[in-house]
Amino acid sequence: MKQLRKIAERTVETLLTASGAITTLVIFLIIVFLFKEGLGLFNSPVVEKGYVLCVHEKNSVADLTAYQIKQIFDAEVENWKALGGKDEAIELFRFEEIFNHYPEAEFGEDYQYLPDKLGEYIRHSSGIIAFLPKRYAPVDKPGVKTLREAQIRITDFFFGKEWMPTSTPAPLFGVLPLIMGTLWVSFFAILIAMPLGMGVAIYLSELANERVRKILKPTIELLAGIPSVVYGFFGLVVLVPFIQQLFDLPVGETALAGSVILAIMALPTIITVAEDAMRNTPRAMREASLALGATPWQTICRVIIPYASSGISAAVVLGIGRAVGETMAVLMVTGNAAVMPRTLFEPVRTIPATIAAELGEAPAGGAHYQSLFLLGCILFIITMIISITAEVISKKQHHAV
Amino acid sequence: MKTIMLTAVSLLLSLSFVQAQRIKGSDTVLPLSQKEAENYMKIDPSRTVTVTGGGSGVGISALLEGTTDIAQASRKIKFDERQKLQAKGKKVQEAVIAYDALAIVVHPSNKVTHLTREQLEGIFTGKIKNWKELGGADLKIVPYARETSSGTYEFFKESVLKNKNYMNGMMSMPATGSIIQSISQTKGAIGYVGLAYLNKDVKAIHVSYDKGATYTAPSVANAKNETYPIVRPLLYYYEAGSEKQVKPFIDYILSPEGQKTVREIGFVPVI
Repeated sequence: MKQLRKIAERTVETLLTASGAITTLVIFLIIVFLFKEGLGLFNSPVVEKGYVLCVHEKNSVADLTAYQIKQIFDAEVENWKALGGKDEAIELFRFEEIFNHYPEAEFGEDYQYLPDKLGEYIRHSSGIIAFLPKRYAPVDKPGVKTLREAQIRITDFFFGKEWMPTSTPAPLFGVLPLIMGTLWVSFFAILIAMPLGMGVAIYLSELANERVRKILKPTIELLAGIPSVVYGFFGLVVLVPFIQQLFDLPVGETALAGSVILAIMALPTIITVAEDAMRNTPRAMREASLALGATPWQTICRVIIPYASSGISAAVVLGIGRAVGETMAVLMVTGNAAVMPRTLFEPVRTIPATIAAELGEAPAGGAHYQSLFLLGCILFIITMIISITAEVISKKQHHAV
Repeated sequence: MKTIMLTAVSLLLSLSFVQAQRIKGSDTVLPLSQKEAENYMKIDPSRTVTVTGGGSGVGISALLEGTTDIAQASRKIKFDERQKLQAKGKKVQEAVIAYDALAIVVHPSNKVTHLTREQLEGIFTGKIKNWKELGGADLKIVPYARETSSGTYEFFKESVLKNKNYMNGMMSMPATGSIIQSISQTKGAIGYVGLAYLNKDVKAIHVSYDKGATYTAPSVANAKNETYPIVRPLLYYYEAGSEKQVKPFIDYILSPEGQKTVREIGFVPVI
């Protein structure tokens, strides 16, 4: 009988160890996968994969940055002179247009004459820039020059200010507006949530009587259980028009709307953790303070808050963590415009919202897909820093005791 | 217990013997295909048609891998997709099952009622910033677009912007429903939605593609007689080899009864 119990105990122990090991391994694998997919981006060419840009042989321009290519194809730059070439108008040419210039039959059964035709067309137009699939590009034909294939640079990714992942021929992956947008919205969310959360926490732990506390605390914890999409819906239908009317703005979907929604969502975390820290103040300290003649308010300010300060900081940091990673609610109320945030009254786009909105149809393995994974890595690093900070701060609290 | 097993096995067997058809692709076409499939199966319960979404590109690559019989698409097959199919020895057939018109919508209080393609291009590429420039009130223009992943986003870019990029910092909404919601509560807003989504909360704009000579309102009738310019075909692609298998369903959609459903869903009938 004893033996049997021993065996049972050992099995349970092994199972527990195994589940712990598996969880760790899975998390580790997810992180490896995330970074592996993301870092592939810097091996991708600036021009869409499988395509090249061709110009006339006599054109002196040899390579173009992604931003220049975008300007050319948006017709914002219309002369080669602006790009260091000679004074000549730029003629845009997309691959499909070749079918308007020659009858289908001339390309041969398997399109084997297509490169010749493309070469011929390019030779006859000196200001041309042609966006062609590599398979059919007239690379070695006379009169054609292929632009050098550059790779996406790390600086362009981290310091670029334009996020246009589906722009052809050259997508722009500048994540700075997205990172700034995320931090911007979270920062103001905490600025709103912190005083509010602290107030409620102090009230709950020090001033409220037992009956009120018993009702209020579960209610606040319930807030954390509401699905974020419900918050988002509330934000879009109630908060957004309200903000728009209150400040007389052209659009209601602003960083402010996002911050307010995030503040509401971060409140339960902040209140619960801060209140627990305050209630952990030893009864002896509290009573000693009161016995010395301090008023209850003085006790709160001078004894309890300093004692619980590390717990309160941990609460705030955890609140920030909640805000940074929040996706759905923000996606619905911030307008998702990828611009550098300057005021609270303009739309912003956050990293989680970008991933959620775009991953669905980004072609697997492509540059867009990889850039979204890299965004995931950035988000992961931000939240990791936050949770390590929270850990360090709450450790400090234990030392104090 | 035994009987349950037997029924399960026989059910599985019967399912695989019935001519099952799989349709995959564009989310725009999804509601239409679903409704058509439902009605089609009602006529003869032994037929099975399963419909899934995922996007036009997803559908065509599924056709390439042979995991679907019909790829539904809200855009024409791209040249390199056709190439890939050909490289695998597959010849694709195309069938237009309906048309979809995109309506340009603004806030009901907006005085502007007519816009040309060039003006729309200016608005969505960020060159025109105030309604005053278009004869409206002194109000900032707030353009709304769909998310970059949607087929509607691509089609609008192709048709109206002539392949130019949207302006930097475009407001992008995750669904057509949220575009309607946002436009109805933002005075300076402009956006685009499928014809089927038009309602009282927003005002549709008359559009001109010939520099202002003729303006047309978005409606099923105007899309059908080809006077309304922002129209795209909704397509089915299938392998020539499996024509016998998929033809009955496509014929059903193109029949008067099937086209009635097209109209009910809010698309423009082919016939």
